[in-house]
Amino acid sequence: MPSLGADMEHGKIVEWLVKPGDYVRRGDLVAVVDTDKTVMDVESFQEGVVADLLVEIGETVPVGTPLARITQTPAEVGPPSPGPPPRPPSAQAPPAAQATTVQGAPPAGQTTTVQAAPPIAPPARHLAHRLGVDTGRIHGTGKGGAITRADVEHAVAARPPRAGRVRSSPRARRLAAELGVELSSVPGTGPEGAVTVEDVQRAAAHPVGESVPEGAPAPEAAALAATEAPRAEPPAEPPAPEAPAEEQPSAARERVATLRRAIGALMSRSKQTIPHYYLSTTLDLRAAVGWMQSVNAQRPVASRLVPSALLLKAAALAAKDVPEVNGFYLDGAYRPSAAVHLGVAVALRQGGLVAPAIHDADTLPLDVLMEQLRDLVSRARAGRLQRAEMADPTITVTNLGDLGVDSVYGVIYPPQVAMVGFGRVLEQPWAEHGMLGVRAAAIATLSADHRVSDGLRGGRFLARIDELLQKPDEL
Amino acid sequence: MNEQDARAAVRAALGKVAPDVELDDVGGDARFRQDLDLDSLDFLRLVETIDTATGVDIPERDYPAVATVDGLVSYLAAHG
Repeated sequence: MPSLGADMEHGKIVEWLVKPGDYVRRGDLVAVVDTDKTVMDVESFQEGVVADLLVEIGETVPVGTPLARITQTPAEVGPPSPGPPPRPPSAQAPPAAQATTVQGAPPAGQTTTVQAAPPIAPPARHLAHRLGVDTGRIHGTGKGGAITRADVEHAVAARPPRAGRVRSSPRARRLAAELGVELSSVPGTGPEGAVTVEDVQRAAAHPVGESVPEGAPAPEAAALAATEAPRAEPPAEPPAPEAPAEEQPSAARERVATLRRAIGALMSRSKQTIPHYYLSTTLDLRAAVGWMQSVNAQRPVASRLVPSALLLKAAALAAKDVPEVNGFYLDGAYRPSAAVHLGVAVALRQGGLVAPAIHDADTLPLDVLMEQLRDLVSRARAGRLQRAEMADPTITVTNLGDLGVDSVYGVIYPPQVAMVGFGRVLEQPWAEHGMLGVRAAAIATLSADHRVSDGLRGGRFLARIDELLQKPDEL
Repeated sequence: MNEQDARAAVRAALGKVAPDVELDDVGGDARFRQDLDLDSLDFLRLVETIDTATGVDIPERDYPAVATVDGLVSYLAAHG
């Protein structure tokens, strides 16, 4: 069980995305973990064949508990059971030879891989995992016998129909209850024909023989609904024996309360251990907002920018320039971070907040950052974040001003050492060179850790943000 | 587009962006940002969803006119 955030002590497996015998690469999603804060996808830290799943669905285990045993490849690809000594997933870097199999020319060892399993591109492999298809039994029709998505889909279509009992994940059942979908009428595409969340969403979007109830959530929205309590009892289908007990209808309130407690515990720790100091400055946004409006006027709505994107990019670049605000304070020492993983505080509609990271935000072109911001926020709200996004932020930005306040002084997320706040962008009277004019402006604040920096450096950070925003086309 | 179609489009788009909001429960003068808690990204998604569904691309300079439920409905009725 990897740590998905500084404050995380344990996690619950709610779904396995792989099964014994599956081949996984580093970064492949293997499990869905429920923490106190959100539901997250966890990726594999190793390449190899899944030998054993060590934690049952529904089981809560402390951080550090091995979740699965992965037999390392390429040397030992083969039947999963008699694997080499157990190796829990860990954050260690893989041996160089394995890393190279991902890119470039295949090293010698890879021949074994090819023999054991036909070549298969990651998207098709991921699909096969999801659908529970054994790729070893598929005849590949792609280039060089490679297995294509179509091959996987054919294999699914050719599968014998499943028996009477409806297999389904707990989340799928909860969602089905929520949306009033009859589970037995939903065609399952999960392992062994199990009904997945996606299947339920599809069924809700295209109901058979009846219309969607007025105001029923659309598919995208349904993911969000999955984090809320079912309003109706689950359907009468007997749950799969290995499935955990259903959550009570009060689950949503319970989740919000748990999240609130987790936030409270973390913030108390922050205030008790971090000597905060606070600064603020008013950002002159005339150039930035003017530039953004002229760019947006040329663009379709899907690729328009919001002021937050410019502010986040400027904050990331400034953090790169002032290393005292970007890093972790751990075990009595400050470790600045070379990379800027910008945490973005996202308010959840049902209450509470999470602050996942945009990785390497300082290096991303503005459009890419905007795209990632939108993706991150929508997944945060849907409760589907990835481990690294929760664990990695090196500095966090809160943009509460977007909803109307002039300034916000955040509480630092330990072990980070700084929290940046942006107030709302609004027109203000602005005096310069003895003249009075009107400009777009916003108040930027910094809460920073006095063990690491003091006001002079903190002030430099805020001033740098303002400087960067004067040349928005270079952001 | 008539008023009814416009309202249906707003209802559908809002259902995607803020599924917890039921259009019939809020007044026509409800403001998306302040009253319905949509942030700038939510609002952008609302505008995008409307564009995809109705073909009405609301330029940024018209955002003040569509800041409320009724404002958006009338805007769509006039431009759709």
